[in-house]
Amino acid sequence: MAFWRKVLAITRKDIISEFRAREIIGLVLVFVLLVILIFNFAFGAANEVISKTAPGMLWVTFAFAGVLSLNRAFIMEKEEGCLEGLMVAPISRDIIYAGKMLSCLVFLLVVEVIALPIFAFLFNLNVFSGEILVITLLSTVGFVACGTLFSALAVKTRARELVLPVLFLPIVIPVIICAVKATGLAMEGKSWTDITNWLLIIGSFDLIFLVISFWVFSFIIEE
Amino acid sequence: MTDQIQAGPQDFAIEANRLYKSFNEKVALKEVDFKVAAGESLAVFGPNGAGKTTLIKILASIMNPSSGTVLINGLSARGEAEKVRRQIGVVTHNTFLYNNLTAFENLDFYRRLYDVPRERILEVSALVGLQNRLHDYAGILSRGMQQRLSIARALLHKPGIILLDEPETGLDQQASDLLWQVLKNNDKEKRTLIMATHSLERGLQVADRVVILARGQIVFQGKKPDLDLAGLKQAYKLYTGVI
Repeated sequence: MAFWRKVLAITRKDIISEFRAREIIGLVLVFVLLVILIFNFAFGAANEVISKTAPGMLWVTFAFAGVLSLNRAFIMEKEEGCLEGLMVAPISRDIIYAGKMLSCLVFLLVVEVIALPIFAFLFNLNVFSGEILVITLLSTVGFVACGTLFSALAVKTRARELVLPVLFLPIVIPVIICAVKATGLAMEGKSWTDITNWLLIIGSFDLIFLVISFWVFSFIIEE
Repeated sequence: MTDQIQAGPQDFAIEANRLYKSFNEKVALKEVDFKVAAGESLAVFGPNGAGKTTLIKILASIMNPSSGTVLINGLSARGEAEKVRRQIGVVTHNTFLYNNLTAFENLDFYRRLYDVPRERILEVSALVGLQNRLHDYAGILSRGMQQRLSIARALLHKPGIILLDEPETGLDQQASDLLWQVLKNNDKEKRTLIMATHSLERGLQVADRVVILARGQIVFQGKKPDLDLAGLKQAYKLYTGVI
């Protein structure tokens, strides 16, 4: 209980701070809308092309949005000199990781919830199915679990904005590929049984990323 | 002069044993050894790059030494870091405050991490004279007020040990005086204090003992009744080459 109370304190602080500064969600949302619009202009509304490329477009958009969002997770702490404030608190490093991960998850899910209907409208696709929502949720968890760890690593480097995507994207590619495949099947109207295997793989990656991240985070965050 | 001056026979609040820290090939601390008795104040002087901040970070268990050990009230700063951090309050030139949160929200956030009751926010804000500014954003407070708020944050959990790393940076004389006044007035329980500072005058005024760090090593130790400001300045110039 105490663990989650402190995790939620960090997440709550991040959400209040973001609500006032609107640094992450607002800017990432603008970026997402621009990318969707560019894809829309590039591919037009040709049904055949769209149905094949839509899952890829969607997850490329979410992946880049996620990188932008994750980049800010620890930079804001570092810029305000507050990372050490968290480090001197009598809490395990796991709590810092879980709190920051949860904040990133909330921010990215908010962006996705707003971007999905716009994507559906512009490409005339039905993305409002239980399958796509579960795929999006599971993939975002894996993405953020791994990304929060690399964000903490990147913040210690000088070229932090570049370091995160370069290190993180190759690691998270399996989740993105599975998400694209599963989303493609769901958009084709396939049933749960057809996408279950992909969901299991994404879930396994989520678990692996979470376990490794909790294990490694304290080594990364400490100087 | 460099013979180690030990605290009295009472329990040691802080024991640093043969601390060594290097960043790649750059040595930040070398064979740093000292003990601080409970309730004692120690000032750590040294020029830029002497290793003061590294020392404070290691004592605060934010950073691990490459070798050597730190004991805080008998607890290993490495093995029992969470228990150690509960006994320490840290005030540095960085305030650890979130500019987008109000003074109250900042203290509320930290008191949740320290498992401290909500009422304590009003107590510490009154101690530093900020009870009427609790609903102002930390970002709009003056530097002096931010530093007082930072002290309130550090005192939330009633730590027995306070570590100060150049807390006067960016403060004018008046704000600096106020800062020390706040710290001294709150010292009812006679806390153990270690402060890293450039200000020889201030350090000597506040501390019972002083050490000078140069190139990561303790090059001088002195005890207050035996040491005046002129003597300290002379030693500082001699061992650091800086006036």
